[in-house]
Amino acid sequence: MQETKDKARAQEESVDMSAELEEFERTGQLSQEQLQNYWKENRNLVLTLLAIWAASSFLLQALASVLNNVVILGFPFAYYMGGQGTLIIFMLLIYVYAKKMDELDRKYNLQEEEEEK
Amino acid sequence: MKLRNVFTLYTAGFAALVIIIGILESIGVLQLQGISWIFMGFSVLVYAMIGFITRTSEPTEYYVAGRGVSSIYNGMATGSDWMSASSFISMAGLLFALGHAGLAYIMGWTGGYVLLALLLAPYLRKFGQYTIPDFLGARYEGNVARTIGIICAIVVSFTYLTAQLTGVGIIVSRFIGLPQDVGIYVGLLGVLVCSFLGGMRAVTWTQVAQYIVLITAYLIPAIMISTTIFKVPVPQLTYGQVLQSITVMENQIAGRDNPNLQSVPEERRNKRIDPAKEKETRALWANDVKMLSARLSNPDSALKAMAAEVDARLAALTPEAVGAKKAALEKEKADINAMLSSSATPALDEAKRTELSARLSAIDAELVTLTPEAIAKAKEKAEKDKAALPKTVDEAKTKWSAALATAKAQLAPPKPYLAVPEGMGMVNFLGLLFCLMLGTAGLPHILTRYYTTPSVKQARSSVGWSLFFIFLLYFTAPAYAAFARYEVFINLVGTPISELPGWIARWKIVGLFDVVDKNGDGIVQFADFIVKSTDFVVLATPEIAGLPGTITGLVMAGGLAAALSTADGLLLTISNAISHDLYYKIINPQASVSTRVWISKILLVIIALGAATFAAFVKLPVIANTVAWAFSYAASSIFPALVLGIWWRRTTAAGAVAGMIVGLVISIYYSFAHFNGAADWFGIDNRSAGLFGIPAAFLVTIIVSLVTPEPSKKLQEFVYSVRFPKGAMKGKEVEALGASS
Repeated sequence: MQETKDKARAQEESVDMSAELEEFERTGQLSQEQLQNYWKENRNLVLTLLAIWAASSFLLQALASVLNNVVILGFPFAYYMGGQGTLIIFMLLIYVYAKKMDELDRKYNLQEEEEEK
Repeated sequence: MKLRNVFTLYTAGFAALVIIIGILESIGVLQLQGISWIFMGFSVLVYAMIGFITRTSEPTEYYVAGRGVSSIYNGMATGSDWMSASSFISMAGLLFALGHAGLAYIMGWTGGYVLLALLLAPYLRKFGQYTIPDFLGARYEGNVARTIGIICAIVVSFTYLTAQLTGVGIIVSRFIGLPQDVGIYVGLLGVLVCSFLGGMRAVTWTQVAQYIVLITAYLIPAIMISTTIFKVPVPQLTYGQVLQSITVMENQIAGRDNPNLQSVPEERRNKRIDPAKEKETRALWANDVKMLSARLSNPDSALKAMAAEVDARLAALTPEAVGAKKAALEKEKADINAMLSSSATPALDEAKRTELSARLSAIDAELVTLTPEAIAKAKEKAEKDKAALPKTVDEAKTKWSAALATAKAQLAPPKPYLAVPEGMGMVNFLGLLFCLMLGTAGLPHILTRYYTTPSVKQARSSVGWSLFFIFLLYFTAPAYAAFARYEVFINLVGTPISELPGWIARWKIVGLFDVVDKNGDGIVQFADFIVKSTDFVVLATPEIAGLPGTITGLVMAGGLAAALSTADGLLLTISNAISHDLYYKIINPQASVSTRVWISKILLVIIALGAATFAAFVKLPVIANTVAWAFSYAASSIFPALVLGIWWRRTTAAGAVAGMIVGLVISIYYSFAHFNGAADWFGIDNRSAGLFGIPAAFLVTIIVSLVTPEPSKKLQEFVYSVRFPKGAMKGKEVEALGASS
């Protein structure tokens, strides 16, 4: 079901091709297909990271009364996560996202030109 | 000079100032009031200086700081833009009061940055406009979406701005002793100097300076307390032990089972806790509740009865009444004496004899209360009681309702601090978390910050830096809350009323809390400690831990920095929404560059004055409550329009406009309707109003988009191009675009 939707969307995306992107193709040697792959990889990355985001906050807290039976250094586990652990995960998520996206930009040669400063 | 050197120098100067003040205080030259004046004067002066040095009227500089703020500094500026009076002062207090449920604020106000990083920031930067309504106007082709965007941005930012100005007023009045309303205008001056002179550029650099002040002010007291209790200067690690102590002492107070008693060392428990006395005190509060509820059920006759009682007392104290009573008692005394000594009634048995003697001593006791001194005293008390009686029924109702609320809060034993919310409590906890997260990612004054980075790449990493700088404060807040609760349990409970610690006396005056000896045993029970404002957790903690007044002054400077920096960002967002989006883009597109900037500056002054007046006259309930509403508003209007606009090309203008209106209206309705007791849908708390607004906004946007013709091909291609970082416009190009459009 999800797959057919994705396919439909991919088809829809292949129909429109902006002048700007044609320009990309000429100068940066990027095909429409490559652009779509870039976007797909980006989307998958974002969805994965969002799943971790939701699990580390909502899911974990919904199970808090069970998880709190584990006590480390005086901290019940879910309380610790809510006050610190989940926040660290949030930072890691953003870090991983920024790093992966930089890699992705370079892989598809979509990185921005360096600042002229 | 390099920026890094400037800020290193600044930090060193600030540290030197703190040390000098500390020395002056220790040799007795300075008192807390003087320290507070120096801190306030110094910080406002520095912020004003930065504003003056970075003054500008260039539009790109004025609106987006020339898009030249590197990711670390942008992160720091976003951090202090973000961390407001509610993060700095109120958040730890919320945790103190709410326990586990309060963690929704910690996670909610940080988790939103993940959404911001993954879904919005890089694309907004690629779009390369000046404001959020700009984005909406471009993406949804037209002034309707832009206008709705302007309204959303103003509603959200204005709600939030008044809360900040109230925060400034509270800080200034508490530390310096100026009236709160005056404090609000003082704070206003500090905010205006900066944004007026240099717009986003001045605000950004001031915010960096303010971040340094606020984070130092937050971390130092927590580190010092941790060192005092545990000899380890890492409060974020040590408060786990404190949590265990808290649980044990709570159980003792409440008279609950205490399974972990042995695992907590004796020096971190309080032997003076007396469960029986606690229970007795709570029972007295329960009596108050009964009495006050009875009075409130029929306030008119209750008030009359009370007045009649006082009048009767006064009537009995007039010289005539006293004389008559005295005479009657003397006569009875003489009669009894005669009866006892008379031989005419030998039948007087032993029982009757004892009864008469008892009556005799009762009469003597009553006669003592009729001496002139005693009468004067009783009269004074009765007159005082009469003066204290409410003058009108309305006044009585207000007074009794307040007393009832206090009594209700005191009669229950302390809720277990670590208890996880259950049932609807859990639903509301997760609901609030959800609203705060989405709201964070929809706040216009934060979103615009990611326009100021030089590139898409830097926008992405800048969100990470923002969260890091916010994290430093947020992961310390639960430690603050735990330490404050621990100190109350271990040092306050069981102390004789006559030997209360100094911090109680000082902060009682300011009205943060109260200590009453309810059962009159001369000892403080936990139920005797009335918290009026949980803000005391941050404001009084330095003194609770026995730290010098300099640290308390430092906390004031930090709170001020937090409130001012957020107010700065909000003010700029509102005035830009009006000057740039409404005036330039809609009303007068021919306006010259300098006209636009000047209009923006004039608007700043008007809006600031308006917000300050609003804050001074409409006393807002609790800062954090008001702020929570602003989040629901942002989450149910701006967030859906942005996310769908970027991620779903099919979103049409009609869809977005309908979604924003429906979302905003539902959220505003739900947050206010509870005042009339109208709305209580499925038991959802009004702070999570977005729980209805958000899905409604998404649903309406999607449905309306699907039934309206899809956006033009050109626009869809444009949205498509935003997905790829290459070709992001640099500052000058965007400015050229702005001038030509």
